[in-house]
Amino acid sequence: MHRSKTLLAGVAILTLSLGSANAETLRLLTWGGYAPDDVIADFTKETGITVSVTKSNNEDMISKLRATGGSGFDLAQPSQDRIVGAQTDYDIYKPMDLSKIDAAQFIPSMMDATRKNTTFKGQVYGVPHIWGTSGLVLDRSKAGNVGDYTDLCNPALAGKVSYRLKRPTLIGFAFAMGMDPFAAYQDKGAYQKILDKVEAKLVDCKSNVRVYWTGGDALLNLLRSGEVVAAMAWDTGGWKLNKENANITFVAPKSGALGWIDTFALPRKTKAEDAAYKWINFVMRPQIAARITASAGNFTAAKGADEFVEETLKKQFKESFPPAAIDNIKWYPTVPAGLEELEGKTLDRVNAAKSG
Amino acid sequence: MKSHYRIGFFLLLAPLGLWLALLVVIPHIDMLTISLRDRVAPREYVFSFVNYQEFFSEPLYWNTFVRTATMSITATVLTLLIAFPIAYYIAKVLRGRSKRLLFLMCLIPFWVSELVRTYGWMILLRETGVVSKILVWAGILDKPVEMLYNDAAIMTGLIYTSLLFMVVPLVTTLDSLDDSLIEASYDLGGNGFSTLREIVIPHAMPGIVSGSIVVFMLTLGNYLTPNLLGGKDSLWFTEQIYTQFITRFNWELGAAFGFLLLLLSSVIVFGGLKLSRQTLSEALK
Repeated sequence: MHRSKTLLAGVAILTLSLGSANAETLRLLTWGGYAPDDVIADFTKETGITVSVTKSNNEDMISKLRATGGSGFDLAQPSQDRIVGAQTDYDIYKPMDLSKIDAAQFIPSMMDATRKNTTFKGQVYGVPHIWGTSGLVLDRSKAGNVGDYTDLCNPALAGKVSYRLKRPTLIGFAFAMGMDPFAAYQDKGAYQKILDKVEAKLVDCKSNVRVYWTGGDALLNLLRSGEVVAAMAWDTGGWKLNKENANITFVAPKSGALGWIDTFALPRKTKAEDAAYKWINFVMRPQIAARITASAGNFTAAKGADEFVEETLKKQFKESFPPAAIDNIKWYPTVPAGLEELEGKTLDRVNAAKSG
Repeated sequence: MKSHYRIGFFLLLAPLGLWLALLVVIPHIDMLTISLRDRVAPREYVFSFVNYQEFFSEPLYWNTFVRTATMSITATVLTLLIAFPIAYYIAKVLRGRSKRLLFLMCLIPFWVSELVRTYGWMILLRETGVVSKILVWAGILDKPVEMLYNDAAIMTGLIYTSLLFMVVPLVTTLDSLDDSLIEASYDLGGNGFSTLREIVIPHAMPGIVSGSIVVFMLTLGNYLTPNLLGGKDSLWFTEQIYTQFITRFNWELGAAFGFLLLLLSSVIVFGGLKLSRQTLSEALK
């Protein structure tokens, strides 16, 4: 009798302590600015779920999930073109249950595009969240005549140019040189030919480059100080600088800005799937989405969020993107497996080439 | 009674053994197996030496490898040359409070992280930075000059980061040198140079070697400094490893690179010990 009582008490204490340790947490693997503190606070108030954020980028997300076999996080935000390839090779994501997502909150065209782009073996792996572009960030008073990526190689700008030594640069230059890399995605031979031409151009252009930028903040400092007057970069950086210096802004290149969509995707061993869906539905509410736009600097796929976005950003967006430029955005298609190896070799050779 | 001691001995050794096994040995075995496989299709791998072949067939990779090694050796030698007079001054010339103060001055930069220190150098060296502005203001230059993004900047950063690790062992060994030996050397007709060569350097040798090993290893494995201060032509081997692992998802090649770096550093340290006729245990006493 006495013993069973202690046993019961013990079991009770154990379940209680387990219960309190089990207060739900959503471990979010995302980009800087995509989960602002005030939005997290509201979400926790509403659902009781705490959110722990890990800031990352595409490659880092895939590497982290690959290292753990898709565990350690409950929700990730890779770009839509980086899902199928990674899934093919490393099996790190889990299919989405679209019935748990409030589709009415999404802009239909974007929802459809992302669903199509993240379909692997008949199942959908991603829904859209934030979209943006990379193009040119220019100091118009000093580099006003730059209209496309290839203009960055103009000798007049020697030492005043910066871009990344990464795949978007290869693709952007290919488009600017009048080729269509996306059309050659499925044909390695054709793609290699394009890469070879771009390689020659980038080696030639190397003497113009002050430094290859790696982190966004470092690039902003280069542009702020005037050490760099023209760069290939993300739109948000340009708009951020535009607030400080009206001369600097983001310009969509003639050959078209490169468009990306960051998604929500479930890591294969997610432990808080319900919380993940709750978070998705929460942040896609128009007002919340607008707050995320304010913190990340990019627009979301949430329907009706634009009217809550502050005017400055809308004005900057309109200035950077006349209607024709929006239609001309080149959206990244899914990267086929094996392509990045070719690109990597090209980038290595550009890196190794001596600048004149 | 004896067995009692033995259990205690093993218990004391257990944390070290576990640490070595779980964090050093097992991961390295895993890395070795990864470096010896080749991806033939999605999620399919076969055993092969292809990654090591890749390294030797691609000039970029071994050029970077050689460049990293030579720059690390150069940085180590320069650090030694700069640190030796400082250490000698602290150990032999100064007394009491000023000695402690100067030693502390060497320590202070290490109260912030390496990242902050490197950013400090960026603020100093960039075209719109402190040094450039002062030189223009003083009339030495007529327009600002970019001192960042080149090998000299990397070298500066590397030496600055490793200075302390050279000064400390040197001060320790020089402290133990009896002043009367130096006096005796002069009494027997030695001059400053011959005293340095015959008395001070041989006595300081263990400190020189251990300091050099630590600095060389830190430099060779440094990632931040070359990455932030280096320019478009600066290649560093750790960056290559990072790129293969993180941006290319090519763990196989990255692991092979990691092993080659381990091999390289071991060979160079071993060669350095042979040259200076020191043994590892002697140097790390």
